[in-house]
Amino acid sequence: MHHVHLDNWSRGASPLHARDPRAKILALLVFLIVLATTPSNAALTLGIDATLLIAGILIAGLPLGNLLLRAMVVLPFSLTFGVISWLAGDRLRALALVEKSYLSAAAVLLIVGTTSLPALLSGLERMGAPRVLVLVAQFIYRYLFVISEQAQHMRLAAASRQGDPRFHRKGRFRAAAGALAVLFARSYYRADGIHRAMLARAFTGRFQLLNSLRFRFSDGVFLLAAAAFLILVRVQ
Amino acid sequence: MTPLIEVRGLHFQYEDGTKALDGVDFTLDPGETVALFGANGSGKTTFVLHLNGILRGQGDITVCGMPLGKETLPAVRSKIGMVFQDSDEQLFMPTVLDDVAFGPLNLGSTPHQAIHLAEAALDQVGMQHASGKAPYHLSAGEKKRVALAGVLAMNPEILVLDEPNTFLDPPGQSNLVHLLKSLPQAKLIITHDTHFAAALATRAVFFEKGKLVAEGPVDEIVQRFNWRYSALPADLRYSAQRRF
Amino acid sequence: MHIPDNFLSTPVWASLDAVSIPAVALLARRAGRELDDTRIPLLGVMGAFVFAAQMINFPVGIGTSGHLVGGALLACMLGPAPAALVMTAIIAIQAFVFQDGGVLALGANVFNMAIAGVLAGYLPIHFWGRTKRRKQAIFAGAFLSVMASASLALGELLISGIAMPRPVILLSLALFAMSALIEGAITIAVVEAIEKLNPGLVQKTQPSSGRAIVALSVAAVLLGGVGFLMASSAPDGIQQIGVQLGLAAKTGFHAPLADYAVGYFESSWLRRASAGLAGLLLIYGVCLGAGRWIGRQRSA
Repeated sequence: MHHVHLDNWSRGASPLHARDPRAKILALLVFLIVLATTPSNAALTLGIDATLLIAGILIAGLPLGNLLLRAMVVLPFSLTFGVISWLAGDRLRALALVEKSYLSAAAVLLIVGTTSLPALLSGLERMGAPRVLVLVAQFIYRYLFVISEQAQHMRLAAASRQGDPRFHRKGRFRAAAGALAVLFARSYYRADGIHRAMLARAFTGRFQLLNSLRFRFSDGVFLLAAAAFLILVRVQ
Repeated sequence: MTPLIEVRGLHFQYEDGTKALDGVDFTLDPGETVALFGANGSGKTTFVLHLNGILRGQGDITVCGMPLGKETLPAVRSKIGMVFQDSDEQLFMPTVLDDVAFGPLNLGSTPHQAIHLAEAALDQVGMQHASGKAPYHLSAGEKKRVALAGVLAMNPEILVLDEPNTFLDPPGQSNLVHLLKSLPQAKLIITHDTHFAAALATRAVFFEKGKLVAEGPVDEIVQRFNWRYSALPADLRYSAQRRF
Repeated sequence: MHIPDNFLSTPVWASLDAVSIPAVALLARRAGRELDDTRIPLLGVMGAFVFAAQMINFPVGIGTSGHLVGGALLACMLGPAPAALVMTAIIAIQAFVFQDGGVLALGANVFNMAIAGVLAGYLPIHFWGRTKRRKQAIFAGAFLSVMASASLALGELLISGIAMPRPVILLSLALFAMSALIEGAITIAVVEAIEKLNPGLVQKTQPSSGRAIVALSVAAVLLGGVGFLMASSAPDGIQQIGVQLGLAAKTGFHAPLADYAVGYFESSWLRRASAGLAGLLLIYGVCLGAGRWIGRQRSA
């Protein structure tokens, strides 16, 4: 599964992995904003941005081909609109749309591929994201794997009991709803179990996070360098 | 010798009226390891959940000389370290270190102290290499050890384990036995595995329909209630010629 | 329905970010005040459930299958504000981890699906959720939640100047309506299955809500409805509006934006950026103020 790969990538050890998540998030935002505001005819800017991205991927030690492949998940959407725009006469816009959306997806992959999600969430929290939201996201991510595996098992079980599809559509619909109901109930009771485990370890009603992020000089250098380069290229 | 846990006349009823515990008396002395046997649904888990106040019934419970009540809950919960049957419910933090540090942070440690205690506990269970890992990446045995570290980090005097052998393979089980043997705390172990119990327990108790009906050495209880997995009769064993 | 980056024009995604940030902050503060952190694991697990649920196929016809989006289901089970919070977290994870939806477009996607979608889905449930018409209310809620978020997304894309000929727009709306019907069917089927499995589960998880939430829900439905009508009736009209307001991006940044320019900087991009930033801060401030005002009204 996709998130499992990303999780593995984020456990590497490169200069990019070692940067504080806040620096990486801010650099990503600069990249995305620069990209978003680049006019459709600025091919050189786009080219330089793409090169910078590839350099980043190589420095991070991430598998280049694999990452570029995964970034294609955005293509169905952008190609559709690209084709529509092209046919409506706005050709430059169509091309730019596809290029930019692809580069954006790749940039996000680079950052998330070099930062574990808990670290990313810590960074966001320190940058002002609401605490409750970050905690909920943290729990979603923790149980995402577990519960999706349960869902997969249910799908397999249902598939192996498949009869002739034409005659059982309503039954299969009901069965899928039933499967979700079971998944819901199990999830609800799982939350109950988690609550007990929290109480047993003297939970006070408020999560105390370790959050040991430290913004170092090297992080500042990285951020300033990346931002300056990107803005200069754009303003060019 | 003051008992670590003293329970007198514990009663508990579910919302729908079924009696889960029907007058349970129990004592745990220092140094003991007690095995809790009984059929599924006989009240073993319900019983232990009363010891640290997760469930509240009628009766008296005293832990380490403190009567169980609202004010003494945090202290009691630091004295009793409970390892639940489902490790995925117990390890709810994003990384191993975050999870093991959860207890100490709740008890008032600073993040720095909590990390220190967590690392020491992980060391004790042999999982120090995994501190940055996500629980998803661990095997059942590793998760169980991390769960144990999570309670050891709180420096408890009593360990309660609910069917700790579940999902463990034979090496995992024997690792767990060795690990538990090395820990000085008094222990309460809910289990169906009589060999596991025999290896660790100094005494056993038997639950039946919410009542504690017997108490004694492990072998005696096992014998008396015929509490073992029976050997399969010869004609049920797999045979290549057998047809269903 | 998750809009990727580079589809919306800068003023559009930026203003939606400016709207969503205080809205989410308000939701989080409200959730943090009512319930201490105790409910967080439940919200998280429910979010993971919705994620997993989105993977399950519901056969709906000739070889096609539908999937649950989950906004209305969450609103039904958790109440509108927690549901919106959970959906926000889900959308954020989808954007970062799965590249489903853009990062800059997070404000737009959160607004469409987590705020407007959830609130629109909640409205019928609020009024008829405890009456005999409960099933219809839940179906209607699920239907409205998908229609609202999809119409808003479409409207935003059109205002941004994405070229879409009329037949494409009508086709999209038809597809949205079908997805909305499917969402209704799935949601009601799942709720009924849960009730059959464990009746206590549904009663336990339904709280009631205050007037501000209801008002916002009505607004969400109207917004979605307006978006729908606008999109279907005069697609060219929307694009005209977009160009006139300077919201639409044409090839090479266009003159309208220069009207808002601040004269201090040499580079025109920096000039526009700072103009945009000033505008953003203004919108942000207004939303923040409105949010605080609403918050004070509620606690009064």
